[in-house]
Amino acid sequence: MDTAAIYSKLKERFGDAVLALESEDAGDPAIRIQPRAIVEVAAWLHAEADTAFDCLTNQSGVDYPDRNEVEVVYHLFSYSLRHTCVLKVGVPRDNPSMPTVDPVWKTANWMEREVFDLVGVVFEGHPDLRRILLPEDWVGHPLRKDFVEPTEYHGISTKRESML
Amino acid sequence: MSLGGFDVQVLRENGFATEEMTLNMGPQHPSTHGVLRFVVRADGEVMTEAVPDVGYLHRSIEKIAEKVGYHGFMPYTDRVDYVAAMPCNQGWAMVCEKLAGIEVPRRAEYCRVIACEFNRISSHLIAVGTMGMDIGAFTPFTHALREREHINDLLEELCGARLTFNYMRIGGVAWDLPPDFAEKGLAYIDRFEPLIDEYNALISFNKIYKERLINVAVITGEEAINYNLVGPNLRGSGVDFDVRRDIPYSIYPELQFDVPVGHGEEGTLGDCFDRYMVRIREIQESCKIIRQCLQQIPEGSVLAKIPRKFKPPVGDAYVRIESARGDMGWYCVSDGSEYPYRVKVRTGSFTATSIIEQVSRGLMIADLITVVASFDLVAPEIDR
Repeated sequence: MDTAAIYSKLKERFGDAVLALESEDAGDPAIRIQPRAIVEVAAWLHAEADTAFDCLTNQSGVDYPDRNEVEVVYHLFSYSLRHTCVLKVGVPRDNPSMPTVDPVWKTANWMEREVFDLVGVVFEGHPDLRRILLPEDWVGHPLRKDFVEPTEYHGISTKRESML
Repeated sequence: MSLGGFDVQVLRENGFATEEMTLNMGPQHPSTHGVLRFVVRADGEVMTEAVPDVGYLHRSIEKIAEKVGYHGFMPYTDRVDYVAAMPCNQGWAMVCEKLAGIEVPRRAEYCRVIACEFNRISSHLIAVGTMGMDIGAFTPFTHALREREHINDLLEELCGARLTFNYMRIGGVAWDLPPDFAEKGLAYIDRFEPLIDEYNALISFNKIYKERLINVAVITGEEAINYNLVGPNLRGSGVDFDVRRDIPYSIYPELQFDVPVGHGEEGTLGDCFDRYMVRIREIQESCKIIRQCLQQIPEGSVLAKIPRKFKPPVGDAYVRIESARGDMGWYCVSDGSEYPYRVKVRTGSFTATSIIEQVSRGLMIADLITVVASFDLVAPEIDR
């Protein structure tokens, strides 16, 4: 099933919670979902026989300061039907909070920890939302576009003079 | 959970009280395949839980991508997984080509596949060798590394480097095959292929070795998919899926090869032994692929015409390739400028590490090492 067909099925089932079918100049088309509806949509896509998305292959966070949004991107794949689908969810930058899909796909546990760590999205209901790649005492989320690199970490300078 | 191991019982009668102990394994440990730490809660020898703590090798590769441009990021992709750097090169090149709609010359596709499959063999040799060493058998490791050295020599002739290759470019590869590479490559494969039987005789079906692997850390196919295990770890659980065959890319559809799948040949389906044997069989399949490629490689150029200032159109693309550690995902967002807006690498070791906490319950402490080796974890690939 291609993305357009999945979009019309979702639109029929969830109505306004499914926002748009997006395709840019290049790359993959995606379906934009309301943040509050993501768990129901994910569970439904997982359970329905003709979508059967049993695997969340990738989850990433992208910061868009110009539209004041952090976008969480879900790349889904179905091992039984061998088709893919991309879901996108936008949450406001100053209050980036949305529900976790951990109950639907176990792999989301670590992937959401990474999105939280690097981009700062808070996943409500996540069983163990801690930093994963950076140290626990790190301040800020480095893949935010306005992140400023600290000049030192525990007394160790992060800058050094040019060797040239 | 369908996990092998022991039921944890705390015996407190007759004064034989036992108590749970928290152990720290790593970050520096001879057999954790890089800098990787586990917080182990154990009752005697039996673990109640092993919680992985990752991030010690985080080098912010995804952040660097936003600063160095599309061409400039290629050497950094080597460092994502330095045991199998060629597939990382290919993943990055392919996601850029998908964004910009570039067609790669056919000879370049052959060069890529040859390089990747040689790299897959060398990576699997490390996996197989360290598996034996982690369990306590040192000799197979030296045999595996000896053969890997020859592959490193071949790849060094190809691109000048033995580990971090930086061989591929957006739109092709950097250099054509050197003059007598095909003969040398074929001669190596002819000599190497019979040695797989030697490995099997030396270690794979050794009784002590099998005892350590069979029925340890059994993962069902459903769990493997739910936790997003990929590559040999997924196929070891009986899921018949290989990106090279099922989401075809490059010239793989034109090549003849089988996809080895675990079938519980010695114990339960999805145990450490199945994951190990899938790798042994994949080495044989890679030999087949290389032989076909070296025999039918066409003439032609190896690099498409790509502008120095590479600016793909606005959009985002996700590409999946079959690395030595399985399905590797490259996600790239372009805003139309010279620099990638966002790059994300989804690696096989990351998701494999996430299942360890679940799998480790009820295993012996020594089996944790077996599990880590059977997943073929490479720590820098987890942390990026």
